[in-house]
Amino acid sequence: MSGTAAPTRARLPGLAPLAEWGMRHRVFGTWLALAALPLLLPSTALATSVVAYGLYALGFNLLFGWGGLLSFGHAALLGGGAYATGIAIAHYGAPWWAAIGVAPVAGAGVAFLMGVLAVRTRGIYFAMVTLALSQCAYHVAYQAVGWTGGENGLRGVNLREVALPFGMVLDGLDPRVRYGLVAVAAGLAVAAVSRVLDSPFGAALAALRENEARARACGYDVRAVRLLAFVLSGAVCGLAGGLLAIHLSVVPVETMHYATSGLAVMLAILGGMHSFFGPFAGAAAFLLLESAVARWTEHWPLVAGTVFMLCVLFFREGIWGTLVGWLRR
Amino acid sequence: MVDYPLDLLALQVFAGLALGAVYVLLALGLSLIFGMLGVVNFAHGALFALGAYVGVFLLGTGWNFWAALVAVPLAVGAAGLLVERFLVRPLYGRPVDDPLLLTFGLAYVVVEAIRIVFGKQPEPVETPELLAGAVFIGVGYFPLYRVFLIGVAALVVLALWLLLERTRWGLILRAGARDPTILRVLGVDVGRVWLLVFGLGTGLAGLAGWLAAPLQGAAPEMGVPVLAEAFVVTVVGGMGSLLGAVVAGLLVGVTYSMTSLLAPEMAKVSIFALMAVVLLLRPQGLFGRPGGLMA
Repeated sequence: MSGTAAPTRARLPGLAPLAEWGMRHRVFGTWLALAALPLLLPSTALATSVVAYGLYALGFNLLFGWGGLLSFGHAALLGGGAYATGIAIAHYGAPWWAAIGVAPVAGAGVAFLMGVLAVRTRGIYFAMVTLALSQCAYHVAYQAVGWTGGENGLRGVNLREVALPFGMVLDGLDPRVRYGLVAVAAGLAVAAVSRVLDSPFGAALAALRENEARARACGYDVRAVRLLAFVLSGAVCGLAGGLLAIHLSVVPVETMHYATSGLAVMLAILGGMHSFFGPFAGAAAFLLLESAVARWTEHWPLVAGTVFMLCVLFFREGIWGTLVGWLRR
Repeated sequence: MVDYPLDLLALQVFAGLALGAVYVLLALGLSLIFGMLGVVNFAHGALFALGAYVGVFLLGTGWNFWAALVAVPLAVGAAGLLVERFLVRPLYGRPVDDPLLLTFGLAYVVVEAIRIVFGKQPEPVETPELLAGAVFIGVGYFPLYRVFLIGVAALVVLALWLLLERTRWGLILRAGARDPTILRVLGVDVGRVWLLVFGLGTGLAGLAGWLAAPLQGAAPEMGVPVLAEAFVVTVVGGMGSLLGAVVAGLLVGVTYSMTSLLAPEMAKVSIFALMAVVLLLRPQGLFGRPGGLMA
């Protein structure tokens, strides 16, 4: 391009460095977004939903965008974490830190069980097997009425107080306190995910995505790397589920449903599967659009499905990926 | 354990075969589309529901069950032609996940369109008079409609086999599944073959939906569990294998009906357990070729 006349494309001066800064400091940038979110959105509850679902989509994208594995079974991981936190609070009256702490453990546990079977397959087979396994988990949750409340959902997940060191006690029913709790947990998880992606393991995962045969020839144990990625993804999504349970005070059985698995796919594609912050942007765009569309029609899935198909056909990099690509041009 | 009389068990096996007949039709459609186009059709369950609702619509306008039985696969197959031509075709040559994702989004649109037109409430569908009642099959009385289901599935399998093995068109199909590039070099319009295969596969999904309607009624969400179960069948049978689709469809149907007799609370989970066992022992599926899709 140099030497010819300057491209006539409109460029906003100063935004390209901003995009570069955002890519270099992705964790700090996400933290800033988490801090600003309640001020930007119409309600604190919506902001809390965006963070919880954004974390869910980020955990999903750890496997999809970075590992190249498309799972249609992440509802079981989100649900595993949600039920773990819900049961800890509703059945055992656990304090907040224990209730949140069991969520990633449960998500990772469910992911291990599913992953042992699913990583034996690849490509589109992987999508089918994870879908079938999560459908199985849905039936289990549906029938284990004593633990999960079955069809009625697990009710009474009320976190009344958040006890901090030095005798500080916050009101757990205050939406702002809940947002703070959810945002801090999500912020830490984002930092952990970013660290994992920068580690040698993250490089191995990317190598598997780009060229499996070559990665295998380099000595990587393909199944082990994929299983570990699935378990890490499960831990993040499990945490998201636990945060969601605290946010909603209830765990509906639909958390485990196929539609919830599909939601993760939608959020990641909508926001941009190849960018770190994309899934969060996807969650924000999806939930904002949903609440806007709900004002004039109850047929939101029609809009969601259409927008999703348009993304697959024409905007494969999603909202955030397209935006960043445009700024850096 | 309680002892069950042998004839009861035999009848239950037969009920499983009838259920399996629906799975066979679904899995054949999925396998055909995948074997030829390399596309996993995530809208298969939604098209199954669409088939049931097209039938309900036709019945409402005065058609009878038999006319609908012919018209439904044609209508859903025609919808499939449009989907391939305008939505899936632009995605050939892109990563293998893309058509899958597209059909996944399409399923939302189809299901919601059904809700808009027919409402959210399930619609009951009556068994046609000719097929009401039961028939003696040696070990006991068995609903005639289920015998009919097994017969239709057998006919479809036979017709498909004849088409693939005994016609020129089938020769082109088999060649296309093996190497589309060579087929194109030989002067065959591969794009048109793919179009027709997609229509055929989706038509089978519609047929399965209309056949299942008298058993379970029509509901907009009826495709979701069916999609998962059809995937179980294709994983057990081996992706892209038509023989696998038939054997695994019947096997899954019998597994489901036997566990619903012996341990009802395990019935829904049992077929996934079957899939897990197959994945552990023979990850390529019963009739799948090793390599390819398996890590």
